[in-house]
Amino acid sequence: MSLAAAPLLEVRDLEVRYWEAGVWAKRAFTAVEGVSFKLGAGESLGLVGESGSGKTSIARALLRLIPSSGQVLFQGRDLLALDARELRAAREHLQIVFQDPLAALDPRMTVAELVGEPLLEFRPASQRERQEQVARMLELVGLGDELLGRFPHQLSGGQAQRVGLARALILRPQLLICDEPVASLDVSIKSQISNLLRDMREQLHLALLFIAHDLATVRFLCDRVMVLYLGQVMETATRTALYGAPRHPYTRALLAANPVPDPDIPQAALAAIGEMPTGADLSRGCVYRYRCPLAVERCAQETPVLRPVGQSLVACHRADE
Amino acid sequence: MSASPPMLLQARSLTVGYQSAGRELLALDAVDLDLAEHECLGVVGESGSGKSQLLLALLGLSGGAARIAGSIRYRGEELVGAGTERLAALRGRRIAMVFQHALSALNPHLNLGTQLMEGARYHLHLGRRAARARASELLATVQISDVARRLRQYPHELSGGMRQRVLIAMALMCDPEVLLLDEPTTALDVTVQAQVLQLLRTLRERTGVASIFVTHDLAALAPMADRIAVMYAGRIVEQAPVRDLYAMPGHPYTAGLLRSLPRLDTPIPERLPAIPGQPPDLAALPTGCAFAPRCPLVFEPCAERPALRERGTAHQAACHLDGAAARKIREAWP
Repeated sequence: MSLAAAPLLEVRDLEVRYWEAGVWAKRAFTAVEGVSFKLGAGESLGLVGESGSGKTSIARALLRLIPSSGQVLFQGRDLLALDARELRAAREHLQIVFQDPLAALDPRMTVAELVGEPLLEFRPASQRERQEQVARMLELVGLGDELLGRFPHQLSGGQAQRVGLARALILRPQLLICDEPVASLDVSIKSQISNLLRDMREQLHLALLFIAHDLATVRFLCDRVMVLYLGQVMETATRTALYGAPRHPYTRALLAANPVPDPDIPQAALAAIGEMPTGADLSRGCVYRYRCPLAVERCAQETPVLRPVGQSLVACHRADE
Repeated sequence: MSASPPMLLQARSLTVGYQSAGRELLALDAVDLDLAEHECLGVVGESGSGKSQLLLALLGLSGGAARIAGSIRYRGEELVGAGTERLAALRGRRIAMVFQHALSALNPHLNLGTQLMEGARYHLHLGRRAARARASELLATVQISDVARRLRQYPHELSGGMRQRVLIAMALMCDPEVLLLDEPTTALDVTVQAQVLQLLRTLRERTGVASIFVTHDLAALAPMADRIAVMYAGRIVEQAPVRDLYAMPGHPYTAGLLRSLPRLDTPIPERLPAIPGQPPDLAALPTGCAFAPRCPLVFEPCAERPALRERGTAHQAACHLDGAAARKIREAWP
């Protein structure tokens, strides 16, 4: 295999644990367990799941914002093994856009400073060159230069998210991680930002790791989708396969729960969406079994592993029935 | 017809103004609204549209800095200018609110039992035992299991969906006639959101409680509301029965909102339909139609602010384009 064929990002057996304070001792809580995936240059992968599914932990672990174990091979190098200096250098090509755009921007910096800051860190240039690049970047994300002198609190939610995106893209990274970038935006602005992300992906040949709980946006932006539940992968498939022929009962429940914006179509019955009981035993068996309408005895005994079913990779004993 | 009983809840020219930098901003601008018995009225709008301000005003909770004008009548009784005691007697008893952020609406220091029972003890003068029985009954109604243990738990011990259901149970404690729902599903996962919506539908069938359901998500209202009011920049710009609104929007803004709803049942578009620009800044509203700067159908008359006019049965829209342009409006967006 030539080097060019290696994926841009390869994650192997990623595990994230948090320590909770207990009464007598600290207890470990596993947020992400055994997650592996590949992402090629220019590809886009959607991570979906409910809160607590581990999708944000994965994003943070990839950037080493939180400790994790496993391997994160980016351009062939394991990010988890790099020292501080090497890591800093690697982050030049690996950027993130956060959910809450206002919280992610330093309130004391102007738009020009915010968007130009990554250049100061990584690409020293004259002030004039920097200003030109910042202006070009703002234009690319659809902002006028009248915003250059503004502070974050003077921006609307949509504008702030565009600034966040400009700041992430100004170094022309190869991989952009987006953690729920449109979740907190108004309906009319949501579509604008989704369209912008799609344009940026095409124009800058970006690989995109897109984290969302909104299945419609993921369908619009991502070539492949990975469905997570309680830190484990339930199903991975191409967009067509996942939305056309979902295999995992959890994927089906997520799709059925999506509201149909039409008063003439009755909402699907929701018997399938159970609730996790307290004291559930997650140490073995399928983690979804407590909510699963198809669960049988075997699901409590044996943990299902990801296996090919149809066009998908599915972790379910009953996926091919 | 003159003998018909007064509306359950009725607002006329309801206006809420706040002072900002030396001038007055109208968070609500002359809003007229009717709510009949057992009815569910959906209110949609983006941030700054005034939808949450509307609910606060109905409960007399706009705050001391607000200037309130117009009228709010509950079964014919005027509430604007009513004394605090009268309002306190109505709040939670006849008109109850479910807030968006369940975690900040619940007191972290008190267990759920105490919080659930508080309203019933105050309004209905129930004893501890009777109030506890009522609380248990309602927790079961909102499909929370293991009730006895839940009553002793604190808000942080529950999941988000469960907290939201506790808030709904709490609002129902005194068997109110009107539920005011402020984005009750926005902060929830889709699966939990679907459950809460289904619960609200069941409750309505069972108890007949009327509601005003405020949200930015038109999709959530489709299976819930009888009528929908669309708000923009502090005003109602369209109001119609839910089917008419979806089938024949009378305002380009409504048409745009409908177009930009994310759907899974249509082919993947090349681009998502979007409304350009951003929700208006109340401090810098244009003199004419507030939506004109973003409207694809803008023409000369829009320099003047359009009034809310009849479009059909129980259907009104504030747009200079009239009923004859219905098709044009529906197809306004690419």
